[in-house]
Amino acid sequence: MPKSAGALTAQRRTTSRRPAGTLYRGREGMWSWVLHRITGVAIFFFLLVHILDTALVRVSPEAYNAVISQYQTPIMGLGEVALVGAIVFHAFNGLRIIAIDFWNAKYQRVLFYVVIGLWVVTMLAFTPRHLINVFSH
Amino acid sequence: MTSTLAAPRSPYARTPQKRGVNWEKWGWIYMRVSGIVLVVLIFGHLFVNLMVGEGVSALNFAFVAGKLANPFWQWWDVAMLWLALIHGGNGMRTLVNDYATTRVSRGILKSAILAAVVILIVLGTLVVFTFDACPVGQPADLLPTFCQAL
Repeated sequence: MPKSAGALTAQRRTTSRRPAGTLYRGREGMWSWVLHRITGVAIFFFLLVHILDTALVRVSPEAYNAVISQYQTPIMGLGEVALVGAIVFHAFNGLRIIAIDFWNAKYQRVLFYVVIGLWVVTMLAFTPRHLINVFSH
Repeated sequence: MTSTLAAPRSPYARTPQKRGVNWEKWGWIYMRVSGIVLVVLIFGHLFVNLMVGEGVSALNFAFVAGKLANPFWQWWDVAMLWLALIHGGNGMRTLVNDYATTRVSRGILKSAILAAVVILIVLGTLVVFTFDACPVGQPADLLPTFCQAL
């Protein structure tokens, strides 16, 4: 089959299922977009707090140590796993967005599963080490 | 129903521009360029602060002061500060444009985002460049070890 005929069939099949001009309605395209927004908002609000707590180094060593010790409790330790999980997803999915914008959008679905796979590998490397650091002190 | 959505990098249709800067395009480009740089800066930040040594348990004034006494980490942190806040502020602006339904609510929310971004960029930059790793009159056990040599 000539390449153009295959592309046409694929296009007709695609347009019959979803509105033209968007990757972002339904299935992997939509869920990656939803997760990108949720993780982005969460990271933004953490960033606001994190700049304020770090600014305490300018106040006094005691003030900074008092606040940073709150980050070393078991509950916050679990929160840091969630935070790093959000950052790692947002980072890898952001690279996926760049790839489908500048390279080729037809790989967006498989790239979503690549993002999930890289996320799992990264979290497997981070989580045990971090939890040992949190719970052994 | 079949409809076509404009690409997110398109200028607003309400104000057709023939001349001038397409700020939405530059915002779109900024998100991608800063995003790539931030992946490197933030992954490096997380690795050094959470993975090396005893990770989060080792964080205290002495650790941060030891890093911020080094111009390499000063510029690393300032680059993260500016790039991340503008990236995050522009992302929040996109959400406000999508979800806030009235002109007044959009104006209030976007003003609040802009104020937060500007104030925190100024605060963070001042902290990094006016910071004293060995403040006078503080207990020596809270300070980095190199302060004893002073």
